[in-house]
Amino acid sequence: MHFAFDDDQLAFRDAVRDLLAKECPPEVVRAAWPEGPDEHGARKGDGARADPPRIERVWVALAEMGVLGMAVPQAHGGLGLTEVDWVLLAEETGFAALPHPFVETVCVAGPLLAAAGDPDGLVPGIVAGTATVGVVPLDDLVAWGDRVDRVVLLDQRTSGRHWQARRVEGGLTRGPKPGTPRRIEAALDGARAPLVLQQWKEVGRCGTPDDAALAFDRGALGTAAQLVGLGRRMLDLTVGYVSERRQFGVPVGSQQAVKHHLADAALQLTFAAPAVYRAAWSLATGAPEAARDASMAKAMASDAARLVGRKALQCHGAIGYTVEYDLHLYLKRAEALARAWGSAGWHRNRVATALGI
Amino acid sequence: MDLTWSADEEAFRAEAAAWLEANLRAWRERHGGRILSGDTAEGFAQHLEWERTLFDAGWAVVSWPEAYGGRAASLWQWLAFEEEYHRLGGPPRVTQNGIFLLAPSIFEFGTPEQQDHVLPRMASGDDRWCQGWSEPNAGSDLASITSKATRIDGGWILDGQKTWTTRGAFCTHLFGLFRSDPESQRHHGLTYLLVPLDLDGITVRGFGRLDGDEGFAEVFFDGAFLPDDALPGGVVLGGEQQGWAVAMATTSSERGLTLRSPGRFCATADRLVGLYRERLAADPEAVDPTLRDRVAQRWMEAEAYRLQTLQTVTRTVAGQPAGAETSLVKIWWSELDIALHETALDLLGPEAELEGAWSKGWQFALSGPIYAGTNEIQRNIAAERVLGLPRK
Repeated sequence: MHFAFDDDQLAFRDAVRDLLAKECPPEVVRAAWPEGPDEHGARKGDGARADPPRIERVWVALAEMGVLGMAVPQAHGGLGLTEVDWVLLAEETGFAALPHPFVETVCVAGPLLAAAGDPDGLVPGIVAGTATVGVVPLDDLVAWGDRVDRVVLLDQRTSGRHWQARRVEGGLTRGPKPGTPRRIEAALDGARAPLVLQQWKEVGRCGTPDDAALAFDRGALGTAAQLVGLGRRMLDLTVGYVSERRQFGVPVGSQQAVKHHLADAALQLTFAAPAVYRAAWSLATGAPEAARDASMAKAMASDAARLVGRKALQCHGAIGYTVEYDLHLYLKRAEALARAWGSAGWHRNRVATALGI
Repeated sequence: MDLTWSADEEAFRAEAAAWLEANLRAWRERHGGRILSGDTAEGFAQHLEWERTLFDAGWAVVSWPEAYGGRAASLWQWLAFEEEYHRLGGPPRVTQNGIFLLAPSIFEFGTPEQQDHVLPRMASGDDRWCQGWSEPNAGSDLASITSKATRIDGGWILDGQKTWTTRGAFCTHLFGLFRSDPESQRHHGLTYLLVPLDLDGITVRGFGRLDGDEGFAEVFFDGAFLPDDALPGGVVLGGEQQGWAVAMATTSSERGLTLRSPGRFCATADRLVGLYRERLAADPEAVDPTLRDRVAQRWMEAEAYRLQTLQTVTRTVAGQPAGAETSLVKIWWSELDIALHETALDLLGPEAELEGAWSKGWQFALSGPIYAGTNEIQRNIAAERVLGLPRK
């Protein structure tokens, strides 16, 4: 029994953390939001923005470090890492609120398409950072729909209990056109820019039902890891703020009411994180309970990140409730991810079924 | 990362499970299946007999050295033992305040003579230790202790009062904090004393907890003379005026994994899942449909505690001591215990009002957020020492 990451895994995590701290600060996340007021006139992305090319530079930098091919087998040009090797990297992309389809393209599509023999020839592009794939689990919302080259549907709908992965074409447009699929202008997280998928055409299946099931669990794991990272980011931001901000002549963080909020936030993260790391181990080793463990990870991380977001906002007071301040970038991403790849309740249902109830 | 048990650990677990299963059954049969609460006089005697059975077979304190009655088990083996103990329905350990709270301090601060005398007699149940820290005016604010120990030739004179002393009425000895420097304030000038309760001038009065059991006691010291040689090796643990530092060494054990190991909560969660199945089989219409979600949530929370403990033990084995995060652990298990029992009571419906294991367990669980440092104090500690928020 040894429940810890090894030195190589931690060193890779540190390298990605350093890279994202430099290349993906809040102004880069913000730059990925639409400019100006949305169709309702709301100003959702105001604040210091980086130059738009910096958004793409983060992705290229990650490709250069090998991160985008982390889960792709070496035979296909990737690093061939296991879930235990990459789960901390996914957590860091959450911490940075990386404005790219990292889970969909890197954690899920790369290894899934490679396992299926790379039917569209996209895998080298995924590894190099020139191709992105949207993955649509369970519903018809394509996160990062604006910037994907291929869409894969993951669901259990038409084949009962078995998972299936289908490559689809069409059904997405890159702007609002009457009579064509709807672009969601006013998304909660402007960087994710989800599109609704309609009138698509199946191009072909992708892998076996087991491959598809594993792909879904990897997506749930990657998203859970990002949620833990987002929770850590919001907690860090808040600890920093309440230690500086003074009211009644003292830092607000010295007040018990504030301390207890943040202790509760730390509590949830402290117990969600090991559930995420265990799920990584279960997937990496093909443990019989892997699906249950992935669901436990996603359920706990979703609830934890949501609670941390609420505590973070409350402890910031009014400054947190603005678009100029950075907290909302992380808060909204966490809220979107809490429901993406299955909500906490959806996953608890899977855990209950696995427990035989 | 490797989340499998080694062959050695599995063998240890199997040996423990086989022994526990046979001996728990024999113990229950000896009492005609009527095991009373260990927090009553009659029940305490039953449980002490069980403690002796554990000790005689070397299972009372598995992680201790063999010289003191243990089997030098690793922390991993200890965790496995705890899982089996609770899975098989082993009773609460009535010696726990000695073996889990005092013993770590004896190992760390005791002289060889103190260790040789105190530890084996504690493990066997010959001496039963209760904790004498809280006072009527020193609860969460433990440093405001006023019970006095006055140095005189050949010993100490003790005056004052301790309270909330768990199972004090059934114990033989008390480990307590006393103000030994009358000029001192707060956490200075305290001495950690080992006190036989049969001294003249000591009165122990048991009283009922919320669940009705005589699990509490108050202990009065009226000029009681504690001779230096009341115990071999002396009655001071860790040096005069050093009491606070010595006491704080046991608080992380109390909050952390030793007092309330995950095995206990995982076993309760498994019983909760079983209860859901039973209720559903008995009358599907009577089961609140939202309870399935809550049962799954409780199971995950217990499992998360187990996983967090595996991380902690991995670090401990690598030589990194547990820090302030034990405060978060204490909040987690104490709130989990209540939630587990509330969910069970909701499953039972109106019949939960009748006396039963779940309702008894619920009443006990209610004390969790209060004892071993209230959860409010733990939140303060976590905020200041884990997150680094300003103290004032």
